[in-house]
Amino acid sequence: MSLNGSAYIVGAYEHPTRKADDLSVVRLHGDVAKGALEDAGLSKEDIDGYFCAGDAPGLGATTMAEYLGLKLRHVDSTECGGSAPILHVAHAAEAIAAGRCNVALITLAGRPRAAGAALSLKSPDPDAPDVAFELPFGPTTANLYGMVAKRHMYEFGTTSEQLAWIKVAASHHAQHNPHAMLKNVVTVEDVVNSPMVSDPLHRLDCCVVSDGGGALIVARPEIARQLKRPLVKVRGTGEAPKHAMGGKVDLTYSAAIWSGPRAFTEAGVTPTDIKYASLYDSFTITVLMQLEDLGFCKKGTGGKFVQDGGLISGIGKLPFNTDGGGLCNNHPANRGGMTKVIEAVRQLRGEAHPAVQVQNCDLALANGIGGALASRHTAGTLIMERI
Amino acid sequence: MSETKPLGRKIMSPRILPEVAPFWQAANEGKLLLKRCDDCREVHYYPRDICPHCLSINTSWFASSGEGRIYSFSTMAIKDAVYTLAYVTLDEGVSLLTNILDAEPKTLRIGQRVRAVFWPSEDGQSVTMFTPF
Repeated sequence: MSLNGSAYIVGAYEHPTRKADDLSVVRLHGDVAKGALEDAGLSKEDIDGYFCAGDAPGLGATTMAEYLGLKLRHVDSTECGGSAPILHVAHAAEAIAAGRCNVALITLAGRPRAAGAALSLKSPDPDAPDVAFELPFGPTTANLYGMVAKRHMYEFGTTSEQLAWIKVAASHHAQHNPHAMLKNVVTVEDVVNSPMVSDPLHRLDCCVVSDGGGALIVARPEIARQLKRPLVKVRGTGEAPKHAMGGKVDLTYSAAIWSGPRAFTEAGVTPTDIKYASLYDSFTITVLMQLEDLGFCKKGTGGKFVQDGGLISGIGKLPFNTDGGGLCNNHPANRGGMTKVIEAVRQLRGEAHPAVQVQNCDLALANGIGGALASRHTAGTLIMERI
Repeated sequence: MSETKPLGRKIMSPRILPEVAPFWQAANEGKLLLKRCDDCREVHYYPRDICPHCLSINTSWFASSGEGRIYSFSTMAIKDAVYTLAYVTLDEGVSLLTNILDAEPKTLRIGQRVRAVFWPSEDGQSVTMFTPF
């Protein structure tokens, strides 16, 4: 069954806060749910499917259904870290195609910045079989991604300056976003001269830690056509996990080499057709890896692709993360997948900031990496079209 | 302190699940054990009762040479916690997550030969780290 055209994204909302001192996690989820419903022009009674991941409090879908007073006939708590909302869009399209729901709400929210709990992956589950073999050695997000960057440099000659261009592009976009945490335009020199966090990744190679969240409404085509918002069709989806493969560790590629082709095949398009891409940017290296694995450039040539403004809207070959992304705007709940889809929807609707709006943006891609890049993560790819 | 000894950083103790108890016992005796599948003959890591390559439950422990090469590494540079996380690919073909000890981080390189050393974690259980030859 192809999901191409089976559902539309009819509502999208991003929470304006970046530090939620006085807002609980559940309130943030509630705020974004309301915002997305208002954006779509729908009411709570229209929602019959709900999707969330591990950032939702308590029992997840059950707790949120109770808090918001939802009457549901379909729930899905697929959890794969930061890429989860991208999988949720695909799963919502599946559920709609299967007749399990008509209008699906997806929420993501969190307050790691206010809570002071950041930078580490989820607290280790003592029953996870890998934990005893890894935790004693102090793996953090930064050094796990640092190893990926180091290996990429070794294999392909990628440089810190090339990685820095990814941050430079994000900062060019963030200057136009009044909500962005980091609005200052930075240079390659600023990035490579910022303090080293974990070799070879500098502070400005890392995303921000922020509070907030976002929500999406995915609906059946007949419902989408009755609403007043521009039509954004789900055209292609793909998902795949990648892991340490029984010890055959290979840090040179991500699971996007599997999720990407599935999404492109379902959509019936190729990377050169994509006008705008939201790429998960937990670190600069994350973006570089996805560009190669999704086929925007050949493996090993990502550095060349991004340098000299390759990702800057209006200048480069592929405008990316025009909201400033995780590198400059926000990274709510330490999960960037939701905001990736939201900015892609803005671009397709023509509602991005005029300074970064891509002309005739009719085909966009959002890609997420949830977990540790290259070593243990799940990738999700979503291709959307404005009708 | 230029060395990457894990001094000043807590080495969290592993929670020992029953199927890997022999691995940890051997580590306390200064040996690195691996698992090989008796059916497909593939070596895997982290060790399991069930082979991740063919799902056979016929898997056996054997002693690794404890020697290999650095596959990749990254040195954390935050406050006192200067330590080097690495993947080391053992001569038996599997890669494991570890730390590199007793080496100036700037001198480390991918492909460098290293050998296993054993370092006590918080509760005294030894864990396997590596040091350059």
